[in-house]
Amino acid sequence: MSDILTTAPVIDVQHLKTRFGDNIVHDDVSLRVQHGEIFALVGGSGCGKSTLLRAIILLLQPRSGSIKVFGREVLGLSDAEALSMRRRWGVMFERGALFSALTVQENVSMVLKEHTQLSAELIDEVAALKIALTGLPAAAASQYPSELSGGMRKRAALARALALDPELLFLDEPTAGLDPISASGIDELILNLRDALGLTMMIITHDLDLLWRVADRVAVLGEGRIIEVGSMQELSTSTHPLIREYFHGARGRAAWEQAWKKK
Amino acid sequence: MNVQTAQLLIESSAPREAEYVTIRCIGPWVVQSIAAMEAQLDEVRLLPQTEFLIMTAEVSALDTTGAWLLHRTIHALERSGRKVTLEGLRPEFSALLTLVAGANMAQKLIAPPTLSLLNRIGQRAWHALQNLLAMLAFVGECAMVLLRALAHPQTIRWRPVLHNLQSAGFDALPIVGLLSFLMGVVIAYQGADQLQRFGANIFIVDLVSLSMLRELSPLMTAIIVAGRSGSAYAAQIGTMKVTEEIDALRTIGIGPIELLVLPKMLALIIALPLLTLYADITGVLGGMIMASSKLGVSFDVFLDRIGNAVSLSSFLTGIGKAPVFAAIISLVGCFQGFQVGGSADSVGRQTTVSVVQSIFLVILADALFSVVFNWLTL
Repeated sequence: MSDILTTAPVIDVQHLKTRFGDNIVHDDVSLRVQHGEIFALVGGSGCGKSTLLRAIILLLQPRSGSIKVFGREVLGLSDAEALSMRRRWGVMFERGALFSALTVQENVSMVLKEHTQLSAELIDEVAALKIALTGLPAAAASQYPSELSGGMRKRAALARALALDPELLFLDEPTAGLDPISASGIDELILNLRDALGLTMMIITHDLDLLWRVADRVAVLGEGRIIEVGSMQELSTSTHPLIREYFHGARGRAAWEQAWKKK
Repeated sequence: MNVQTAQLLIESSAPREAEYVTIRCIGPWVVQSIAAMEAQLDEVRLLPQTEFLIMTAEVSALDTTGAWLLHRTIHALERSGRKVTLEGLRPEFSALLTLVAGANMAQKLIAPPTLSLLNRIGQRAWHALQNLLAMLAFVGECAMVLLRALAHPQTIRWRPVLHNLQSAGFDALPIVGLLSFLMGVVIAYQGADQLQRFGANIFIVDLVSLSMLRELSPLMTAIIVAGRSGSAYAAQIGTMKVTEEIDALRTIGIGPIELLVLPKMLALIIALPLLTLYADITGVLGGMIMASSKLGVSFDVFLDRIGNAVSLSSFLTGIGKAPVFAAIISLVGCFQGFQVGGSADSVGRQTTVSVVQSIFLVILADALFSVVFNWLTL
């Protein structure tokens, strides 16, 4: 791949405006995600994090602005172009969104069957490989999503997001609703995947531990725009009242201290 | 150079020289471009040589699927006792290969053993029996709840009853009226020819009103309502089951049957006889219009005759069936809703079952009514 492509931002959102009726969700949102970084998006509930994600992954049409992924404008793509973009990224939804009528194995292999010409045997092996990479026990492959625990369901959703070996991964609340052990397992998994597969990731989260451990850069969304972008160290010294409240509330403080102790 | 498709060049030496095969891997070994090489690599395994050199310096990209293909080829060759040398793999790719090789993968998925025919028949029968018992238990439970509610009418939730009266009863008026009207037209039309031949035009009144009031309008109304409301009950309760709302109701201390089943059942028991009466009227109206235009039986004559043609008992047996049909439809719909398992698929399946079963049971009950009424000479 040429140098221009690797240095150009993987995601480049400029002056995005979104509104639902009279409710302005994004007034002027601009952000850039660089190749190979773990970029986290935080902000209070209802500030439009998931809406921004949905706009980037072509599930929602914003009012105006530009969204470039892999250097290409994604708004106004034809169906065929949109499909070829979608094959280059993987999305893990907040509640997993696994197909409830299929086993975990089938959830993963279905994507491969749909988009590749590999033999059925190889597809089965690759699906099993993805499931193993996300740290699920082998027995989970033949289970249905309703039979899995919350943490296992997240891992299964991640396995499906990884099915086509995407270059870019979107994770919506990867640790929400998990016990601390499962959550830190997910933290490690995210770091391992980035190191092993060289993925670029965009994570939406409320989990301060996850932010301290894995995020390279964090963007704080609020008041319809990006208030500040920086590493957690930089954000923790920010003077903006919203950010101070977010990171220096009782829970923020605890996670911060935890992070310092580890250093 | 930017190679867009992955390639594989296989050079096998002549058997008399040193027995080895060189495999050159070129281009992006990624999921989108390796499909063609899968078959090629499978053929490699069949080669007779004992030494393999895999040159990977020209691989421009490697993802987990590509790494897996490479790994499984090497693994298969080594297992059959051949010597494999891997050459020129970039460090980041070799890290990926190690990761893939070390993954704790599920071995071949064990397919559930296929059962013998006898075994399957037995399982089906057992399943059907269990289903029947569960249905009986559900009917019993609903009956208990109904009796308790009738003993203490103040505990009945009237608001959902009214809501269901509107959605299952009032909202069904247009479709029930239209279909029943058309049914009346069709019967009069079919009968007109035959009756005209015998000059028995006036008996069109008996034909239309008796068949509509006694049989057709109760049956047809019940079938329409089963399709409209029975399926809705199953889908609603089934979805609530999937989203654990039923469990939530139980923990809050509200019986799901009190809240979800009873109002539906009461509302339908009230609404279905009224809908049947409405269908009687529109059906006879349809027949009446047909009779006056095709047979010259005027409205006055028709209405004059109808009192003699239809006895009160005929009218009441028609209306009287409706509450029974209503109970069947609401019980089957709600029961199938509660039978939903964890998946969206299951909601669809149980909804279908609810409609099929309730229509089946309604027609069965109608047949039983006919037999019983015949005995009683009603």
